[in-house]
Amino acid sequence: MSTHTLSVLVENKPGVLAHVAGLFSRRAFNISSLAVGPTEDERVSRMTIVVDGASTPVEQVAKQLDKLVRVLKVVELDDGAAVERELALIKVRIDPALRGELLEVATVFHTKVVDMSPETVILEATSSPGKLDSLLANLEPYGTCELVRTGRIAMSRGNRTITGRGLATVAEPAAEAV
Amino acid sequence: MELTGAQALVRSLEQQGVDVVFGLPGGAILPAYDPLRSSSLRHVLVRHEQGAGHAAEGYAWATGRTGVCIATSGPGATNLVTALADAYMDSVPVVAITGQVPSALIGSDAFQEADITGITLPVTKHNELVTRAERIPAAIAEAFHIASTGRPGPVLVDVPKDVLQSTMTWGAGTWPPAMELPGYRLSAGPDAAAVREAARMLRQARRPVLYVGGGVIKAGAHAELLALAELAQAPVTTTLMARGAFPDPHPLALGMPGMHGCYTAVAALQEADLLVALGARFDDRVTGRLADFAPRARVVHADIDPAEIGKNREPDVPIVGDVRATLAGLADSLAAVIAEDGPPDTGAWLRCVADWKRRFPLRYTQEPGGPLKPQHVVERLSALTRGEAVVVAGVGQHQMHAAQHYSFTRPRSWVNSGGLGTMGFAVPAAMGAQVGRPGELVVAIDGDGCFQMTAQELATCAIEHLPIKVLIFNNGFLGMVRQWQELFYEERYSEVELGTAIPDYVKLAEAYGCLGLRCERADDVDAVLEKTLANTDVPTVVDFRVHDREGVFPMVPAGRPNDEITLGPEFSPEEQRAATAREMHAADSREVPAR
Repeated sequence: MSTHTLSVLVENKPGVLAHVAGLFSRRAFNISSLAVGPTEDERVSRMTIVVDGASTPVEQVAKQLDKLVRVLKVVELDDGAAVERELALIKVRIDPALRGELLEVATVFHTKVVDMSPETVILEATSSPGKLDSLLANLEPYGTCELVRTGRIAMSRGNRTITGRGLATVAEPAAEAV
Repeated sequence: MELTGAQALVRSLEQQGVDVVFGLPGGAILPAYDPLRSSSLRHVLVRHEQGAGHAAEGYAWATGRTGVCIATSGPGATNLVTALADAYMDSVPVVAITGQVPSALIGSDAFQEADITGITLPVTKHNELVTRAERIPAAIAEAFHIASTGRPGPVLVDVPKDVLQSTMTWGAGTWPPAMELPGYRLSAGPDAAAVREAARMLRQARRPVLYVGGGVIKAGAHAELLALAELAQAPVTTTLMARGAFPDPHPLALGMPGMHGCYTAVAALQEADLLVALGARFDDRVTGRLADFAPRARVVHADIDPAEIGKNREPDVPIVGDVRATLAGLADSLAAVIAEDGPPDTGAWLRCVADWKRRFPLRYTQEPGGPLKPQHVVERLSALTRGEAVVVAGVGQHQMHAAQHYSFTRPRSWVNSGGLGTMGFAVPAAMGAQVGRPGELVVAIDGDGCFQMTAQELATCAIEHLPIKVLIFNNGFLGMVRQWQELFYEERYSEVELGTAIPDYVKLAEAYGCLGLRCERADDVDAVLEKTLANTDVPTVVDFRVHDREGVFPMVPAGRPNDEITLGPEFSPEEQRAATAREMHAADSREVPAR
């Protein structure tokens, strides 16, 4: 599956997520994942949207997003030139006899054990989406019983920032009308 | 000075230059109706909020100014939704103001509560729930700015009752308010290099077509279009949204393209070596099966909305920007190219097109004693009004007959529901058009099915002294649906017969304080129309009893290639064969270079 990662700066105002999500449903675009959170500027939130390029015209997605009044900037990140991360919590039901083996797998993938009970272990993994998939495949034989992933967040490598021009276009909050 | 939110709202509308609002009050919007009494704003009290929405659209279509409608919360607001969706599809500048339940009750399923910003999210260009009175002036200013600039569209402003009742300070600096729209950027002018490239292509093309959409009317670019067409000697087709953008009597006019377009327009697009799409969006009703549309053409696509570029057809030369500036630039560049290389060589093409026009015109037969044909009524109306009326239509057969047979001579003289196809549009939209163009002739051509959806606004028209003329093409059927059942369901008619007798449209008109007339014979059409056009005292409703078997032709079946255009029963099988083969016959065929 060829995925495309869009970084979207939006005004931090009520209803913006609904506008963006509504656009995807109305135009029959498919979202693989969507993550949203604050940025270094409290007036601005950043969404990272992953779309499936095979089923969804990525250029149309970007253009339609850009038309939304509360959307400040849309950038498609280059696969190779961006750091991409997902966080996952994975609960594994494990025979105590196999626990050592499981922890070895966890170590190889740089995951942390964040909870443990006599029958279960919760692992926390932060990695690129590909590595995460590989971790999950390796955990499969032990029986993963619950999984939650955050959706991808991403940032361009090197000097380039999305915010350079994006935030410059954000006007200072207008003086309260008097 | 201290103002209530309601006063600030009315004041903001006045400051914005609004002269008329269409609305209907109710609980949550009540506070706004109090300052309205002493306002300079004219309020037109509709009978149903959908009527307010369509009236605002009709006003905007006919004047180019932003139409305004007001409704209360809950059902009042949801009744606006169809009109907002209609305005969104047709890029009509409309601002809707709705009351909302008090802030403290939002989310509690309060009486007459509806999440109208949520509901209208996919059918508005933008919307906002205003949370404090101080925000009202900026919210209104932003709403008008967004609705009327760039690609126009509807904006909804939802104001809770407590916000209308609370107070704010209106000072010297309150108006004009600073707008906070960092994410709303208008496209810069058209790219000069792209315009020059397009001009070169126009000079070189042998079979160019200017494919003109509603954007040309919205940009007020009809004069620039005429100049370019004549300079390029390129024929012009005007879509359903663009009727009137180019004068139909002009020799370069091809008429309307698309599913029910003129044969010549459809064929010209299919054979063109260059399409210059101007404020048009390659809608499925124009293209037929997209993969087979204009297969020989290179494409220049000029639109103000970058998202339209490449949405349906990938252009060779994209031009993003105001189409009036684009057209002016194209004419300048083309003039420069012509000065160097001589005029474009489109003579053979124009002769070919003229030959198609002659052989495959819009055709119908009005037999002297035979059933009344709707096309005949449109043609007589066109002649008696010299193509200068503001013509408003609903949706269906009557709309297509009106678009095909009225000879439009100027922009903003055609008002209809194009993209959404909203039955019931005509009467309230005509009302809005008449409000915006007082003293002018506003004629709604409506079907009997459409008319019954919004006829109650006749009361508004009568009381507000809006002498619109409503020509009902009464065939007793949901005619377009009937036509599809005839053609695609082997005449298995299902739930399409309305009957011609109920209601009695003449009595209904009279009950609404209008003049009611009936016309059943072709011989009477002129007299009835003359009486109708002369009546400026009250609205007029005419019950034209038209032939119930009459279809709309030509026709390209939905989803089929435009090459499969059917001329209809008025043409012989030989003529249909010739049209399908589309011999670029005539004496000139050899001069038309093969691709």
